Amino acid sequence: MSFLEVRDIYGGYGGLDILRGTDLTVERGEIAVIVGPNGAGKSTLMKAVFGLVKVRQGRIALDGEEIANQPPERMVRRGVGYVPQERNVFPTMTVRENLEMGAYPRSDDIRPAMDRVFDLFPRLAERQGQPAGLMSGGERQMVAMGRALMMEPRLLMLDEPTAGLSPKFIGQTFDMIRRVNGLGITLLMVEQNARQALEIAHRGLVLAMGRKRYEDSGPNLLANREVAEMFLGG
Amino acid sequence: MEVLQLLVYGVVLGSILTLGAIGVSMIFGILRFAHFAHGDMMTLGAYFGLVFVAGAGISPLAALPLAMGLTAGVAIVVDQTIYRRLRRTQPVILLISSFGIALALRSLIQLVWGPNSEVYRSGIQIPHRVFGLVVKPDHLWIVCGAVGLVVAVHLFLTRTKMGKAMRAMSDNMDLALVTGIPAERVIMGTWVLGGAMAAAAGVFLGMDTRLHPTIGWGVLLPVFAAAILGGIGKPYGAIAGGMVIGIAMELSTLVLEPTYKPAVAFAIMVAMLVVRPSGLFGGRT
Repeated sequence: MSFLEVRDIYGGYGGLDILRGTDLTVERGEIAVIVGPNGAGKSTLMKAVFGLVKVRQGRIALDGEEIANQPPERMVRRGVGYVPQERNVFPTMTVRENLEMGAYPRSDDIRPAMDRVFDLFPRLAERQGQPAGLMSGGERQMVAMGRALMMEPRLLMLDEPTAGLSPKFIGQTFDMIRRVNGLGITLLMVEQNARQALEIAHRGLVLAMGRKRYEDSGPNLLANREVAEMFLGG
Repeated sequence: MEVLQLLVYGVVLGSILTLGAIGVSMIFGILRFAHFAHGDMMTLGAYFGLVFVAGAGISPLAALPLAMGLTAGVAIVVDQTIYRRLRRTQPVILLISSFGIALALRSLIQLVWGPNSEVYRSGIQIPHRVFGLVVKPDHLWIVCGAVGLVVAVHLFLTRTKMGKAMRAMSDNMDLALVTGIPAERVIMGTWVLGGAMAAAAGVFLGMDTRLHPTIGWGVLLPVFAAAILGGIGKPYGAIAGGMVIGIAMELSTLVLEPTYKPAVAFAIMVAMLVVRPSGLFGGRT
């Protein structure tokens, strides 16, 4: 039994299905990356796992438990974190308050979790009193990930974490992702910077037209000429 | 000297507008609609206060917490029975329905308490004379009460989990949802806060003048003006906005007939929407 299993799901935003028989398997502790052309349903697939997109048919299981079509509030409690692509911080709130909001469903002491986030991203500890909206793109991405990590998730999903970042911050963000993975957290992400993402991916997935087209380890996908020509721009 | 005296009146009016504008601003920030029934919630709060002042013989200030609690309860009931069902529709439908609630509340108030004016206390208050300025004791209570409540709101928004969740939802609703913040509970909290502050504004209005069924409706426009001036969706802006509008309205009587006071508030609001729709401090548009 795999950690996350998505089997043959159909769904979308009402009307036409965007996901048409999509499969996805992620093992515990992996970094899994979904790549593919625009409109392939990459973000939709992640949103379906998180319950933000209605799944009409098929099954999604986390650790053997059925999780399809559950509200985000419950997903968060089940140990699934989700970081949206844009507008992923509370801009007028301080870094510390952003992290506190991340732990909203918890009623126990959140200080150990916050210390862990500060260990992971020392920059956030330095700037905890700063409004998140005033920080650089790379720092905002730390706040966004830190917010999701406050629930100490088993699975963290990132929607295009490097979108809109300068090359310097893109490298930093991939480093951050590796460090998070080093804590034993399984990661699933959608990425436009497909090459860099696949380099750190244990598992890569090519999605097109709402279906899985290829699946392999990241480096193998990069080496696959067909995939490179069709989906990675040669 | 006349200017200073008007400033005193302006600060009193500004205190009242501020309390109303905090609620309007927060409700807009979280539920994304202009709550037209807010003025009539103030009226309701004022009359709830009257129940205890007339019935139990306590002072309006002592009745204040009771009026705030009851009005907050009504706000929750209205939200859960009416607005909640309309949340998935467009905001304009909520706006129009709140207009209906405004009329319904006002009619209910007239049914229960009658259409005539009422007073908390009859008789003359001996005003204090401070450096030649006339200051009624009630004016002091109103300003002190408003300052106390604003400080309480500030502490609530910055120190409590629920208060922070309100700011988070106002900041970024979609992110609040994926963060696992329970939206419906926070919305209820917003109505409690907005309703209680509206009631306080209503009781203070009643202390300042007399109670009648349109007392709150009459200041709705300046309250909106205050919320917009401060940048709607930003409770801290509402505080500054309330003061500016209140003082501007009173100072305008130097050159205009007092009947034009609401027009002054309206003019400031329109000018603000044209020049800087995001508010003095850059709120939401």
